Amino acid sequence: MTTIITEKTTTEEVNDSAKKAVYETNQLNLWYGSNHALKNIDLEIMENEVTAIIGPSGCGKSTYLKTLNRMVELVPSVKTSGEILYRGRNIFDHDYGVEELRTRVGMVFQKPNPFPKSIYDNIAYGPRIHGIKNKKILDEIVEKSLRGAAIWEEVKDRLNENAYSISGGQQQRICIARALAIEPDVILMDEPTSALDPISTLKVEELVQELKKDYSIIIVTHNMQQAARISDKTAFFLNGEVIEYDQTDTIFSNPSDKRTEDYISGRFG
Amino acid sequence: MRPSVQEMIARSNGKKNKKAIEKIIPILLFLIASVSVLTSIGIVVTLIVETITFFTRVPFFDFIFGTTWLPFSNKDAQFGILPLIVGTLKVTLIATIVAVPIGISAAIYLSEYASENVRRILKPVLEVLAGVPTIVYGFFALTFVTPILQSVFPEIKIFNAISPGIVVGIMIIPMIASLSEDAMSSVPKSIREGALAMGSTKFEVAWKITVPAALSGIIASVVLAVSRAIGETMIVSLAAGSTPRFDGDFTGSIQTMTAYIVQVSKGDAGFGTTIYYSIYAVGFTLFVFTMVMNILAGYVSKRFREEY
Repeated sequence: MTTIITEKTTTEEVNDSAKKAVYETNQLNLWYGSNHALKNIDLEIMENEVTAIIGPSGCGKSTYLKTLNRMVELVPSVKTSGEILYRGRNIFDHDYGVEELRTRVGMVFQKPNPFPKSIYDNIAYGPRIHGIKNKKILDEIVEKSLRGAAIWEEVKDRLNENAYSISGGQQQRICIARALAIEPDVILMDEPTSALDPISTLKVEELVQELKKDYSIIIVTHNMQQAARISDKTAFFLNGEVIEYDQTDTIFSNPSDKRTEDYISGRFG
Repeated sequence: MRPSVQEMIARSNGKKNKKAIEKIIPILLFLIASVSVLTSIGIVVTLIVETITFFTRVPFFDFIFGTTWLPFSNKDAQFGILPLIVGTLKVTLIATIVAVPIGISAAIYLSEYASENVRRILKPVLEVLAGVPTIVYGFFALTFVTPILQSVFPEIKIFNAISPGIVVGIMIIPMIASLSEDAMSSVPKSIREGALAMGSTKFEVAWKITVPAALSGIIASVVLAVSRAIGETMIVSLAAGSTPRFDGDFTGSIQTMTAYIVQVSKGDAGFGTTIYYSIYAVGFTLFVFTMVMNILAGYVSKRFREEY
């Protein structure tokens, strides 16, 4: 018995160390105008894991997430320094096309934001703009993505209806399906359940568990129980700094920093 | 010591007769609103009455299917409106060809690409164009655009359909640009971000997301602008000539429905003559045109509405 357990543990450890980093953030600083929003961030995010980012409002967690696919640059006054290596390549390199990056790194937003088009066209949008025109292949991708987002059964008979005709929770899963349609490497989720009811939230959480087999997921959440439930690693942000980054179990059961402990025990935030 | 706030409120309520005001206000507003409605009804009634008088003298089918417009001939006056309609359509066609691509491109630039500063300067400038009096546009067509066209295409006459068509187009560009820009700017930012996050380029977002999402507003702006082009009077009176023609020639003098009404109103015909009544019939035809356009716009924009 004992030997078996030991063996198992060893295999797991081997697997764990074989995992590669998708993102390595080195000394990242970010300013909105004169507001220093991210300070000396060092973070390594592993593939096929769910990494949760928690922290109080305004701590920079969403900013950090949006930096990972450079969506943060939509804010005109943003300046950055340091580097973020995605699969070994600095995403701030001048010759790194932002479209290329975002094709590999999908995103799901806080509020469901489907396109004002049919459900089918929402899912087919990504493949289409990246040059896939064949109707049969598109049909296949749409079905696979909707199944992947656990919403196929609910919408398979109404693919031509406007995506705004379904409920908010369904819309959010459509947005996840839309991100899956281009088979990205990483999926960024920015508080994806904050606008959803508890049942829809549960569905999205289950989905995240399912998706991590094929994708690396980074999720920003306000909800600490959610982070505890679904993530493998958790990073705690405060005032633009990473206070603590560790296995989720460790963060929630045995945090090494007093501030982390205060936050997760609900003393502030 | 001052009385409590509730006491003061009670006292002030006692002074003013709020209830009476609440009763009078809606009645007053209704009367004021009625003025514009009644005026519109009055105009339509006048148009219809005088048009009916016209049709007691000229058969209806001769009017709408006739291909000769010869109102001033003493013995052989003919009132076939098709030449005037064709004249109007020629100018409108050219105006649309000029204004729609430019107007929509300008709208895309302003809403998707221009920085806040550029937009702050450009939009008012664009709207100044809409404030230029049409008589100025007319002279611009006649004395500036026509000579340039003539220097390139010598076969173009001094009065023609192309030059006023282009200038009417320029006149309606701000309308299309401004209204389309409003429609595109009201597409939520979150939808654009969703598309950008999928690796779309800015142009893909503009063309495949924003424009389709704003399509009903864009179509409405085009239809409104085309209605303006159909009803435009001064530019065509000055630069298009006064030769009603039923053909496909754009280079020579034409006459539009509006220009004909101006010509008669200037005093070429006395009260009570058939010519006098003909301007009502032509005016009514114009009215039908713009009304059909508006109904069409309503239908098309409903058909294309993408809800968000």
